[in-house]
Parts: sequence; C-alpha cells; structure tokens
Amino acid sequence: MLARTADNLFWLSRYVERAESLARILDVALRLSTLPSAYAGTSNEWESAIDIAACREGFLKAHDVANAANVTQYIIAGPTNPSSIRSCIETARANARAVRTALTSEVWEILNDAWNTMQRMDFSALSGQDLTRFLAFVKEVSLRFDGTAYRTMLRTDHYWFQRLGMYIERGDNTARLLDVKYHVLLPDAEPVGGGLDYFQWSSLLRALSAQNSYHLIYREGIKPWLVADFLILKMEQPRSLISSYENLNRVLDLLAERYGRQGASQRHARKTFAELQNMDGSSLFQTGLHEFLARFIEENTTLGLAISEQYLQ
Amino acid sequence: MSGRSVFDEMQSGPDGTRPVYAEVAAWFARAPQELITNRKAEAEAFFRRIGITFAVYGDEQGAERIIPFDILPRIITSGEWARLSLGLEQRVGAINAFLADVYGPREIIRAGIVPEALVLANPAFRPEMTRIKPAKGIWSHIAGIDLVRTGPDDFFVLEDNARTPSGVSYMLENREAMLRLFPELFSKLSIRPVDQYPEELLATLCSLAPLSAPGEPVVVVLTPGPFNSAYYEHSFLADRMGVDLVEGRDLFVRGNVVYMRTTEGPKRVDVIYRRIDDEYLDPLAFRPDSTLGVPGLMSAYKSGNVTISNAVGTGVADDKAVYSYMPEIVKFYTGKDAMLKNVPTWRCREPSSLSHVLANISDLVVKEVNGSGGYGMLVGPHATKAQCAEFATKVRANPDNYIAQPTLALSTVPCFVDEGLAPRHVDLRPFVLSGSDKIRIVPGGLTRVALKKGSLVVNSSQGGGTKDTWVVDGPDTVPGQSQMQ
Repeated sequence: MLARTADNLFWLSRYVERAESLARILDVALRLSTLPSAYAGTSNEWESAIDIAACREGFLKAHDVANAANVTQYIIAGPTNPSSIRSCIETARANARAVRTALTSEVWEILNDAWNTMQRMDFSALSGQDLTRFLAFVKEVSLRFDGTAYRTMLRTDHYWFQRLGMYIERGDNTARLLDVKYHVLLPDAEPVGGGLDYFQWSSLLRALSAQNSYHLIYREGIKPWLVADFLILKMEQPRSLISSYENLNRVLDLLAERYGRQGASQRHARKTFAELQNMDGSSLFQTGLHEFLARFIEENTTLGLAISEQYLQ
Repeated sequence: MSGRSVFDEMQSGPDGTRPVYAEVAAWFARAPQELITNRKAEAEAFFRRIGITFAVYGDEQGAERIIPFDILPRIITSGEWARLSLGLEQRVGAINAFLADVYGPREIIRAGIVPEALVLANPAFRPEMTRIKPAKGIWSHIAGIDLVRTGPDDFFVLEDNARTPSGVSYMLENREAMLRLFPELFSKLSIRPVDQYPEELLATLCSLAPLSAPGEPVVVVLTPGPFNSAYYEHSFLADRMGVDLVEGRDLFVRGNVVYMRTTEGPKRVDVIYRRIDDEYLDPLAFRPDSTLGVPGLMSAYKSGNVTISNAVGTGVADDKAVYSYMPEIVKFYTGKDAMLKNVPTWRCREPSSLSHVLANISDLVVKEVNGSGGYGMLVGPHATKAQCAEFATKVRANPDNYIAQPTLALSTVPCFVDEGLAPRHVDLRPFVLSGSDKIRIVPGGLTRVALKKGSLVVNSSQGGGTKDTWVVDGPDTVPGQSQMQ
C-alpha cells in the first residue's frame, strides 16, 4: 500500500477522534459552568479547557479573556486555530478525499456529509441550544465514522492504519483530560473527595461517556484515585490508556505479521503496554500522577513518530 | 444557425420518431410529469452521493460541482456504431503512425504533406522524443475523438484528443445511473454494455509494459492531486482497475528505475497512466518549478524501464492546425480515404484563408490551435459585433495561432429541461484504446450536451451536461433514407 495513503488514513482518523475529544472538552466546561459556584468551586473551566485542548498559546493571541464565548468560538471554529473542530473535520475530509478509494463509500459519505453540513453552518453565533446540538453532532460524526469503518472496511492494512491513528489520538486525549483535571480539581488545600469536587469528577466521567460504567466497575462513590485507575488502567474502559495500548499492540502486530517484519513501533508499543499492565493503581496516584501522565503523553507521541517513520514515509 | 434545418436524433424520422428511439420516446410520452421529475431527482441524488464532481478553474465558490446529467439517453444504432468504430480505428491508427513518423524519419514532412514548421515549431512537439522510442511503438494509447453529427449519415470529427482525454468516468457513472433509473428500458432494448472499460484500459496498459517488467506489471495512475478538476475521474479509474493512485511525490527514480513509496518499502512501477501534462512530468527535463512530477522520470523512460501512457509528445497530433491535415495524414499512412470526415477548416496561417476568415468572422467558429475546454474560441453567429471585431484583432496579430470552421448544424437530442422536453445540441466522445495486442473501443462514449438553448458549447466548464449513450442492437435505420437537409 502507498505510504501516503497509509499516512492519510492514519491522520484522518486522528482528526476525527480529535474533533470528538474537543467536543467532549467543551461539554465538560459547559456543564460545569452551569453549576452554582458553591458546587463547582472557583476554578475557571474555560481556562482548563484551553489547557486540555493544548491551544493556550494560540488562544491568547486571538483573545484576552478565557470566557465561555471566546473559548467555544476558538475551539470550534477559531480562524487562527489550526486544530479547531471545524478544521479537524475539514482536514479529515480532505484526507479522505485524497484516498477515497482506500475507504468504503459509506465511510467517505459520513465525512463528506459532515463537511457539507458544516459548510452551511454559521459559526459566529453558536450558543445555547445550538451549541449543545452542534457538540452532539460532532460526537455523532465520530461515532458513525468509527462504527461504519468497523462494519464496512476490509480487515487489511487500510483498516489498521486508520485504527492506529484513532488509538494514538485517543490515548493522548484521555491523558490530557486527566492531567489538566487533576491539576484543577486537586488544589492542595482541598480535601480530596469532598462534596465540592463531586460534580467536577462526575462531569469529567460524563464527558467521557463513562459515568454509568464507572459505577458498574467500582460500585462506590466517585473517588479521584478510582477515576484515575478507571481511565488509565481498566481494560474494560474503552477510552483508558491501557485499552488504547492493548489495541495499538494488537494492530501493530497484525501489520508486522502481514509485512513479515517487526520494527521500532512494535517494540515501543509493547514496552508501554507492559508498563501499564504492571502498574499498581494506588501507587500511581501517590507517586505523582502528573509526572506519569506527562511521560505517557511523550511516549505516545514517540510511538506516533515511530509509526510514521516505519510506515508512512 | 437560423435558416438551416437541424437534425434531431429522436424526432427527425420519416414519420416523426426515428425507429431506434421508439421505446424511449414512448416511455417519456407515457410517463406522467411527476414520474419524470422524480427520476431526474433520483439521478441527481445519485451523483451527489457518490461525489462525482468536477472543479471549474478560477471559481472559488463552487470548488466542487456536479455535472448536469440528462435522463433521456442518446441512442446510436449498432449499424451506425459499426461504421463509426471502423473510422475511429483508422483515424487513431493514423495518429499513431503520424507520431512515430514525426519523431522518427519524418517522411510526411519530406513528402511535403504537413509543413515542417507546423510540427517542429509546435509548442507540443517534444524534441526529447526523437531519442526515445515508446514501448511497442505506440504513442497515443488512450485517445478521445470528438464527433458531431449533422444528419442521419453525416458524422464529422470535430477534434482529436491524443494527450489525456477525460470524461470516461462520466460515461460509466451515467450508465450506472440509467441502469438504476430505467431498468425497464434496459430489459426491453438490447443495449451494449460499457462497464468493461476499466478492465480494457488495464489490459491495454499491461500490453504496453516494458520488456523488463514481470509477467504481471505494476500499473499506477498518476494524478496532479485532489485539486485537479478531473481528480474524481483519476481516483475512479484507479479504483476500478484496482491499481494505486499516485502523486508525483509518491514516486522516485533510482538507477533509472521508477519506484513508489509503500508501507513495505520501495516497489517497482512498470506502467504509469499519467493524467498530468508533459511539461509537469519531470522537473529535470521540463519545467523545473513543477512539483507535480518525478525527478528523473524521463531518464527512466529513455532507458526503457517504464511506460508512460500516453507517450510524451502526443500533443503534436491533436493540435487544431494539424487537425486540418488529418484527411491527408490518414491517406498518407493507410493509403485509404479517411472514413470519418473532417469539418472543413481554414488555417489562418495561410494568407488566403486568413482573409476569408476575417471577412466572414461572424459566420464562423474561430479557435485557438492549442485551446481546449471551450476557452479561447469565438462562435461568430452567437457573438456581438464588438466581440467579433475584438477577436479579429487577435487573429490578425497572430494568425498562426487560429483556425476557423463553419458553424455546423449540430444534431440535437431532446433534453428534459425546466420547460419540458426540448432539443439541445450534442456531441460524442468515444474513447479509443490502442494496446500492443489490439485496439479496443467501448461501444458509445460520452455524449455531451449544451444545456443552454441554442448553445453549441458542450464543455462542462461552460454550462454543458452529459447523457448516457446507448448503442442499441436491432433494426438499423433503413439505408438510403432521405437525408434531412
């Protein structure tokens, strides 16, 4: 398969996954901003949204204040934001168009439809119900894209490169979300597990569509260390880091088998997966979650580069 | 056009409808307006959904548009088609002989039939090709010959496209749409299929592979990329042939062999069906600023390690000034008269023709010899006095650059337009595949239609649309039928 085709498939699903994550980040912020401050604490949800989306520098060039209007505008369609939801979908669709024949028509149609719909939208005035509806639309595009690819694409390298992009991006997003939230939600003075942060944690879980499943796994109230355990180490949770790596490992092995050769990316993914498997949840929480997540994000980026070097150029 | 009767391919029969259109005419006469409107909407939805689009250069707004499709088919009888396809084989055979000759011994120039300057000073002439022999000695592997019709037995060649003719994806998708919309007509009539085209194209390309290629040569389609107006067609053909669609940056040349970059490392490429123009193919040989091509490609080509299809330099045969010599060219190489007629053409490079053209410019169609896509032409009868005068100035300034033709009474076929069924002018572009084993022509071709009332310009960039083209077996039109004049 052409290296450029693989590269396009890898990135197009990264962009779709990123668009979904951005929508989820805005969802959390919106939900928290509707709570009375007695419940939500004093932290600025909009500040943390731009940190999770990793676009602080660009944002501050475009806006002075991180408030609801500015942050939603910038993340959804900021003209100077190269990773806005709009540009993610546009880029994904452009990538798909460049490799149309590598996708099934069903998959192509989802991206093409989403793009067509967004061409007709007025992004300058998104608020209230329109905003919620738009975020739901973005998540739905991603779900349909994922499900359609799963149900219609041949299980060959075309499909696998598309999956690799999705899992790399998902690992990155879950780690960022957790990292920033822990930063914001665990000020030193605040007693962990107090009533104040309950709503913060539950909205984080809700943003990841993980609130109900959390209760199914833990059968107790929302505890920060359990949330971390859930989103990092629980194989059952499809957005967890370990779940992303289980998938990355499996898909990379399928590729290696097909091409008859293991390489740097297989070794790298295997190492990270093994570390996650051998990790103990409680110790993780005590020995510096931030350091762990920062290192994970770095390792994850390295894996992305290794895949690119091994296959995509 | 006024004062001359126009041949309508459906309605100009002795008693109205021509027999070959009987079923179709009856269907449209019987069908309630609503049904027709529905089918038309279905067709549009079909094209929109599959994303068959073209881009119009210089049009920011509609970067991707759908080409209008008319649901009433254009029908050719199998007898007419048999004659046409013989003529096409003859013509394309002569074009290939001409190319081999002008890049080789130049007998036709020495015989004084085609002026030397017309070939050697032609912007499409590639001197490099005098030192390169294309695989199997065939040059124009995929040719599109534009035909127009003026009467039951009168077909003319309007233009030869010997470089990279496009439009074949429309021919195939139009058929796909019609099969969905009118299954009842397909079951009643014996309509020759066209969907074997990609397979025949692949067979043609494989037959032209260099000798050093393995038994199953690696074929690719080379596209300038998604921003090209015909990108849909490039990806469509690659998909249907089951080969890779590559851009210049996917290929590289090492040791005079062309490779593509794959996820498993470099893979040798044997045949390149290129959809980019000569001058962009290789920045080392042609335009150094081109980023679309592959550095070193011409050197690999020269070494005989890769087939480029169509061969480089075929444009010298489809120049509109060379076109005017086609009857002589056919005669020179085949020893026979051309079966397909040319439209009479005045070459403005000749002083007597120039004065005739300038004196009669408002009655003529004047074209740039290297123009295409309906740009750079004047349709005299449809132009204002000022436009004619302006064009005349251009012609006077550079006569070599222009040819002129009478405005033909192009045939019409009814189209389903806003006011109902109304005649619109059409042309036909059959696609001729010349392999080393044989010539393949899929029955029919692409029918283009000028959707503006009275317009003669069928190009999609100028408001043209398309129709499905049916070659129908069965009772031919009766020979010796009175000609409509």
